[in-house]
Amino acid sequence: MTVIRTRRLAVAATATITALALTACGGAKVGATSSGGGSSAQAANCGTFNLAVNPWVGYEADAAVVAYVAEKNLGCKVTKKNLKEQISWQGFGTGEVDAVLENWGHPELVKQYIDEQKTAVDAGQTGNKGIIGWYVPPWMATQYPDITDWKNLNKYASMFKTSESGDKGQLLDGDPSYVTNDAALVKNLKLDFKVVEGGSETALIQSFRQAEAKKTPLLAYFYEPQWFLNEVKLVKVNLPPYTTGCDADPAKVACDYPPYDLNKVVSKKFADANGPAYKLVKAFNWTNEDQNSVARSIAVDKLTDDQAAKKWVDANPDKVKAWLAQG
Amino acid sequence: MATTTTTTAVAAPRTPLLRRLGRPAQVAAVLVAWVVVWFPTHGTATLSLAPADLTPLHRWLNHVNDTVGANRNTSPIFLYFFNEIRAVIDGLVTFIQALISQEWFGRPVPLLGWLGVVAVVTYVSWVFGNWRVALLAAGGFVFFGLQGLWQESMDTFALTIAAVLISLLFGIPLGIWAGLSDRFNRLVTPVLDFMQTMPTFVYLAPLTLLFLIGPASAVIATLIYAMPPAIRLTAHGIRSVPPAAIEATDSLGATGWQRLTRVLLPLSRRTIVLGINQTIMAALSMVTIAALIDAPGLGQTVVQALQTLDVGTAFNAGLAIVVMAIVLDRVTTAASDRVRVAAPARRLRRLLVAGGGIAAVVCCYFSYTYVWAAEFPDGLDVGSALRRGADSVTTWAQNDLSGATAAFKNLVTSVLLNPLQALLVESPWWLVGAVAVGLAVLLGGVRAAVTTAICLGLIIGTGLWQDSMTTLAMTIVATVMVMVLGVVFGVWMGRNRHADRIIRPILDAGQTMPAFVYLVPFLALFAASRFTAIVAAVVFAAPVAIKIISDGVRGISATTVEAATAAGSSTWQMITKVQLPMSRQSLTLAANQGLIYVLSMVVVGGLVGAGALGYDVVAGFSQGSLYGKGLAAGVAIVLLGIMLDRIARAAQQSNKSKGH
Amino acid sequence: MTTETSSPVISVRELWKVFGQKAEQVPRSPDLCALSRRELIEQTGCTAAVREVSFDVAPGEVFVVMGLSGSGKSTLVRCLTRLVEPTTGEVVFEGEDILGADKKRLRDLRRRKFSMVFQHFGLLPYRQVVDNVAYGLEIRGTGRAERTRRAMEVIELVGLDGYEHSYPDQLSGGMQQRVGLARALAGDPDVLFFDEPFSALDPLIRRDMQNEVIRLHHEVGKTMVFITHDLSEALKLGDRILIMRDGKMIQCGTGADLVGAPADDYVRDFVRDVARSHVLTLRWIMRDQRADDELDGPELGPDVIVRDAVRAVLSSDRPVKVVKDGELLGVVGNEEILAVVAGVEAGV
Repeated sequence: MTVIRTRRLAVAATATITALALTACGGAKVGATSSGGGSSAQAANCGTFNLAVNPWVGYEADAAVVAYVAEKNLGCKVTKKNLKEQISWQGFGTGEVDAVLENWGHPELVKQYIDEQKTAVDAGQTGNKGIIGWYVPPWMATQYPDITDWKNLNKYASMFKTSESGDKGQLLDGDPSYVTNDAALVKNLKLDFKVVEGGSETALIQSFRQAEAKKTPLLAYFYEPQWFLNEVKLVKVNLPPYTTGCDADPAKVACDYPPYDLNKVVSKKFADANGPAYKLVKAFNWTNEDQNSVARSIAVDKLTDDQAAKKWVDANPDKVKAWLAQG
Repeated sequence: MATTTTTTAVAAPRTPLLRRLGRPAQVAAVLVAWVVVWFPTHGTATLSLAPADLTPLHRWLNHVNDTVGANRNTSPIFLYFFNEIRAVIDGLVTFIQALISQEWFGRPVPLLGWLGVVAVVTYVSWVFGNWRVALLAAGGFVFFGLQGLWQESMDTFALTIAAVLISLLFGIPLGIWAGLSDRFNRLVTPVLDFMQTMPTFVYLAPLTLLFLIGPASAVIATLIYAMPPAIRLTAHGIRSVPPAAIEATDSLGATGWQRLTRVLLPLSRRTIVLGINQTIMAALSMVTIAALIDAPGLGQTVVQALQTLDVGTAFNAGLAIVVMAIVLDRVTTAASDRVRVAAPARRLRRLLVAGGGIAAVVCCYFSYTYVWAAEFPDGLDVGSALRRGADSVTTWAQNDLSGATAAFKNLVTSVLLNPLQALLVESPWWLVGAVAVGLAVLLGGVRAAVTTAICLGLIIGTGLWQDSMTTLAMTIVATVMVMVLGVVFGVWMGRNRHADRIIRPILDAGQTMPAFVYLVPFLALFAASRFTAIVAAVVFAAPVAIKIISDGVRGISATTVEAATAAGSSTWQMITKVQLPMSRQSLTLAANQGLIYVLSMVVVGGLVGAGALGYDVVAGFSQGSLYGKGLAAGVAIVLLGIMLDRIARAAQQSNKSKGH
Repeated sequence: MTTETSSPVISVRELWKVFGQKAEQVPRSPDLCALSRRELIEQTGCTAAVREVSFDVAPGEVFVVMGLSGSGKSTLVRCLTRLVEPTTGEVVFEGEDILGADKKRLRDLRRRKFSMVFQHFGLLPYRQVVDNVAYGLEIRGTGRAERTRRAMEVIELVGLDGYEHSYPDQLSGGMQQRVGLARALAGDPDVLFFDEPFSALDPLIRRDMQNEVIRLHHEVGKTMVFITHDLSEALKLGDRILIMRDGKMIQCGTGADLVGAPADDYVRDFVRDVARSHVLTLRWIMRDQRADDELDGPELGPDVIVRDAVRAVLSSDRPVKVVKDGELLGVVGNEEILAVVAGVEAGV
């Protein structure tokens, strides 16, 4: 039985192969048509450019545009590496990462790699302003206009109760790599809330999405620029205003987060070599709107990084020209 | 922790009063005593530690980590040891990638195009397995192309091949050694436990420090998790060779080498192949995690899709991983129990093997030469349909189910999870310790109790007692749910072959679909909560329990079932009086394995609101200043795993020695 | 049937095998030696499987070791080839104490001089019959053609021709054991050891296999050491039988010795149900010649089994003379014969 079946199978296979062999040989040959890749431009002295890509869409937008310009205009061979912040900074020392394009403060990394190990250097601001704070979904801001003042939060605390927060209101936190003083804030502002560790950006976004869709209450840590704000216009809760030094002692913080000027960090070696890619990174600067438009192309319109970057570059030739002029 | 080692159970000394009660009554007595003592003492000595706080141990671990990083470029250990290892592994991976997924040196495409890879995979599956799995392999690999994920799949395949090859290169010899030497076996077992339960997140960052960002680190991260099954099952296979065969060989004057190559290895082949199978599955389950340190392949697609909560894309890539897992599983399983070919058919087979080989070579040549066979054609696309389908199912579930699921979540949380957590977390540490040791004595004996006491002591040492207790509460609830599902579906599948055939692929998918894919819809259904973490763990762990129980039920001898039928048992009586009691061994094993699988999802739970140890590990991975704490949390997870495993295993042993 | 002949092939002297920690102290200490097996376990945790056993095996002899399970017989036979390492004592094989042999020498002995047939066959399931039979030759390094030729010879000898390309699990238990037997014979050893080879087989097949061994013994004339727990098997096959109990040797002698003169109640109990007429020889039942005996009856040898003498004795109206080398040893009359055949205790 099996034997016969196998034999039949073999005959069929041989026939197919022969047929293929007869018909196929006319096809295009590998290597005859394309010369592989599109590294046309000046095969200049740019060389390889190792660009860390941290896992959020805003960063991805920065990286998409910088990589696009570096490849198309400078002829660099860009290697993107998808890494978390911690590992990216670690890569400065091992020579595997040349640049981080959007750094949110991270004083401990600055201390370790810029001040102590001296493997990294600051490469200036990106022009983006980072805002961190507590947000509610838009329906709540409409329905309870006074909720955006922190003093009224306790009034609404019971609304925010969940299975995780017990008899207090829930304040949802996100990815642990982000800067947060929330536990201290809740305590020092005497809020009747409990910090629940969502653990990831995904948890935050999905929670807000669901809260807006189902009109359920949610108070959570969030930040901008962030592509999701294009989808659901979250409203920030005003905490006591930030004054310089009010966050000096992490345990006693009772004020809002400072506005962050997001900056670029590069490896010492990369900076010292002062090649075209470094000059581009140093010159790279744009607005929150710029980043949001690229981020939207990626996250909502589902363009590839390259397509999204091309779209923006084609629409903003003078900005790109200005970067290249500085370099 | 596999089923290999055995610990002899020591009869537990019990107080005379308790001796008269049965074991369930004794356990109940301990639990009641716990609750009674809890009331006056709760809230004291709970050893809590705030999320941002550190202990001296955590700071010291940070310091060690930083020092290693700072000295990386000067230390001779790095220059001559780690760097060499890295170079070799990088070379291997780059070579395999050039073969099937990335540009072959100087060519715009890999050496083998899709046609060549499909032909070789099909041919190999047929030679080592049978024509059925060969067809499955061909279909599966073509499917990757249709999904629009050919290159990503081949990158994943390349990394998996590299990790599995290295795992086997070391794992099989180590397994043989562990099979031959009791002492080595005892030494290696806790190390393997450690490798399998230590969360990957804990060593991911240090690995990139030792082996840099790139294929080497990804491969090593994968093989740390994937090698243990190869070692365990090889050792198990060697140990299960019938002594009669070994003795017969010795009596003929065989040398040690002859004994190994002619008796031990051939006779444990099935088990060793099963080990290879498990290693492959474990390697595939690391695909998404490895993507976090820039490993190329399907994991990247999943992780990036997650940033924009793009469930469709993540699902499409996840499905490719599932398909690859199923193909590799079925092929290796077929290879392990391939039937012998009867003598007359052998010549024909030899002919076919040669013919098939030539056909495969021809395909390889085409895929080397012609573009149509090198790059998967774009025209056929099922990927976007799959993406859209997954998206619409997710949207539907989020909109229409979330009310009911939220109610269910609240019910389970308030009825089951919160009381249990209050009991564990708010009890003074000494009370929990006493109860745990007491239960260990009752269930497993003195030896299990000693292990329990040591593990609990070490958990206190990690400084994360309270987080450990929170995690333990979730683990217990998840394991209970796993066992409920395990019994219901396991019995059904064990009794009904059709059910088995339909459910089994779903179970395979549950085990191999990356958790990241279903976290998004789960978050919508259950919000960021401990319960979401529990559900994710159940999805991952229930398949194992179900499979073990269904095998157990099916394994009951036909005579017993016949006798029960002859005695006029109803279906319900058959299940409750015969099939479940008879598969008690499998039930214990299922609980044990289910528990270990649940623990391995603790970290994923940390990403969706579970907090506790999982969050500590994630935080340690994300922030250098919390690294030491993350490592300590990883160790605490390992300790919980070892403790629960040893108790369960000892309980299993003492059940066995009671002879049911 | 040869018994007392030249020098023995195997000579075992005061062999001990003790399992447990500090096992070697037991044989050395007279106090410990005196303990019963149970007492020994209680005091030292050691189990004495073989205790001070000594015997000789003559060339060409079938020597049976018999005992119930746990009597140490299987350990004893393994000690003879050092599959189990003896604790103390001597095992002299063709003049060489094999306990002193190094690994290489021991391997050589096993490859050329001994071979063994096992209760559970110990066949390799992934090999065909012919490759199982040739396995020992393969291990010694015999070339493929030569070992296949030899394997086919023995396969024929044990009556398995036609099955050489089958796999063990396609054969019945009896046939599998024939493969085991063939494998043992293939290397043309001097001594064959059998460890309860037929106890896993059906009674009918067992009888066939016993006859097979008798036939082979006739054809190839090997020395055989045969372990069994079955007295009738022992009596059927054994030239001499050693009875063991709790590791100790209770009695060693021919079947007739055991039945005719049991060393103790244990042995007596053992042989109680044996058909004495099938075992005892005339030597055991003859009486001294009395004055009134008429001595012109037929003559028979002393080693003729009673069963075979019944007809001659009963058909003669005079007592039968038991004669060896022309010397009259005694006489056997109807009365003696009938006492045995009817199972009446002869009052030895």
